[in-house]
Amino acid sequence: MSPDMSRMTTPPAGLQVSRATPASRLAGIAALILLPVLIAAPWWAGSFGLRLMGEFCLYLALATLWNLLAGYAGLVSVGQQAYVGLGAYAAFGLAMLADVPILWAVPLAGVIGLLLAVPVAALIFRLRGAYFAIGSWVIAEVFRLFAAQTTSLGGGSGISLAPEVVKSIAATRPLREALSYWLALGAVVLVLGAVFLILRSRRGLALTAIRDNELAARSLGIDIWWTKFSVYIVTAGLTALIGALIGLQKLRISPDSAFSSNDWTAFVIFIVVIGGIGTLEGPILGTLLFFLLRETMADLGSYYLIALGIVAIVTMLKAPQGLWGLIRARWGLELFPLSRRVRGPNP
Amino acid sequence: MDWINAILQGTLLGGLYALFAAGLSLIFGVMRLVNIAHGDLIVLAAYLGLSVTTALGLHPLLALLVVVPVMGGLGYALQRLVLNRTLGDDILPPLLVTFGLSVILQNALLEVYTADPQKLQAGPLETASLTVGPLAIGVLPLLMFATAVLVIAGLQWMFYRTALGRAFRATSDRQDIAQLMGLNKAHVFGLAMGLSLAVTALAGVFLGIRTAFDPAGGGSRLIFGFEAVIIGGLGNLWGTLAGGIILGVSQNLGAQISPGWQILTGHLVFLLILAIRPRGLFPRIDG
Repeated sequence: MSPDMSRMTTPPAGLQVSRATPASRLAGIAALILLPVLIAAPWWAGSFGLRLMGEFCLYLALATLWNLLAGYAGLVSVGQQAYVGLGAYAAFGLAMLADVPILWAVPLAGVIGLLLAVPVAALIFRLRGAYFAIGSWVIAEVFRLFAAQTTSLGGGSGISLAPEVVKSIAATRPLREALSYWLALGAVVLVLGAVFLILRSRRGLALTAIRDNELAARSLGIDIWWTKFSVYIVTAGLTALIGALIGLQKLRISPDSAFSSNDWTAFVIFIVVIGGIGTLEGPILGTLLFFLLRETMADLGSYYLIALGIVAIVTMLKAPQGLWGLIRARWGLELFPLSRRVRGPNP
Repeated sequence: MDWINAILQGTLLGGLYALFAAGLSLIFGVMRLVNIAHGDLIVLAAYLGLSVTTALGLHPLLALLVVVPVMGGLGYALQRLVLNRTLGDDILPPLLVTFGLSVILQNALLEVYTADPQKLQAGPLETASLTVGPLAIGVLPLLMFATAVLVIAGLQWMFYRTALGRAFRATSDRQDIAQLMGLNKAHVFGLAMGLSLAVTALAGVFLGIRTAFDPAGGGSRLIFGFEAVIIGGLGNLWGTLAGGIILGVSQNLGAQISPGWQILTGHLVFLLILAIRPRGLFPRIDG
């Protein structure tokens, strides 16, 4: 590609390139209306509803991040619980052992996740393709076993956030619950925004190219290792941030729950696969469906997980693009203006 | 003397890990499939052994006569009905489908057998030991190690000396050409998975005799097997045995330092080998 071609921003005469569609404009307006309503939730939702909505936000954030990793960068990790747990442990450790104010400890936990992901990526990127998946699981196990050895944070049985730290979040319980919800809402807006911007940027274009054809992408001069590496560490940092918020919501950490493979990986993968992998809308649809099913089938216990697993397998075999893929194929809907449409002059 | 004993016991434990790994290595070699449910299938085999021993009153080793064919048949059916549909250039479908299988198996075992740890009762075999100088060698670990060596020798012979092995190697090299030569790819893959799960049945029953097991234990068995494969080098079955031994010895040496460090030391040695020799110690094929 010659330099002046790569800088070319205006399409040839008569052609128009647009990203926005009527549906995406409508979705944007709906989001602008919805956001203040969601911010005001502490005034209209009860304690239970607030907690549920906070959890919804955190799951949506995790699903969006895993989707960026597996659906766009082709890094199928089954060990993202490593960073969820790391974030929770880092935030608790900073707040309880180093006396860092808890609201500072949360973003710092994200930074720790990002920094630790650098050597981890350097190691497990040596495992190609499918073996990368199991390698990521080994990392999660190593993190969990280290957490179980950290006696200052309760060792194998875990620890509750110290009462004085809990009080430092906010003076009253309703205020603390509202704050915890706002943080979760802020986090999911941050994650969705960040992933959207990444996908719209040059790097996002490179990612999509790699996803569609790695060889062709490489021959166009895309540095595949670096592109995947940067996605991995950014995802790890944001996942650790979400992990810290999960710890803050539960007020308790233990190696088995903070690094739970079922809670932070199985559910998240099922959400993305059923909703639609490789689309930004898929995880949103998947998370909505997941919470709807969970609130109606929660008492079924492990049958719920079995059912989700079967639905995910059938989706993968029969409609690999997921529910959103089916909707998009049927009606051409796109809520996030990501793909480009070229319109020629009217004949 | 404790250290020498730890190395010896670790070596014998490595035999069990090689049994965990052999099935994984086999299907990766033939069809580049990584089965995330492998560990849960090992645990399933242990539970099948439990059901057979309690229902028929058989010794766990005799129960193998039932468990091995059942697991083999299950493997063939699983491959033909589900996994063959996921194979292709994209690595996502097989990974996500076997991941889903893993979660389903784990929770189904939980519903059927509850979360209580179970164990296969093998009578005097469990405690029998040989005394060699100052060391005591358990008959059971020795039997597991010998089985692992026999299984690997058998697989090696099958791969290079039989028509089935030739079919495996041919499909592994070039699927489309093998198909043109009259091999039915779907059937060959089914046989590979059947054989893989037959080996898994051995691994599961030995696991059940050696330690207590519960439905949640599949993940760590998959990881041990995977680490043995990567340490030994892809595509090398004897390397996998060496990998299993290195893992077993590392774990037992770690346990000598502190019991909490047993599993962690194994993982750290694996990561160290990955850092200095990314393709493993004795690689044969590229990932």
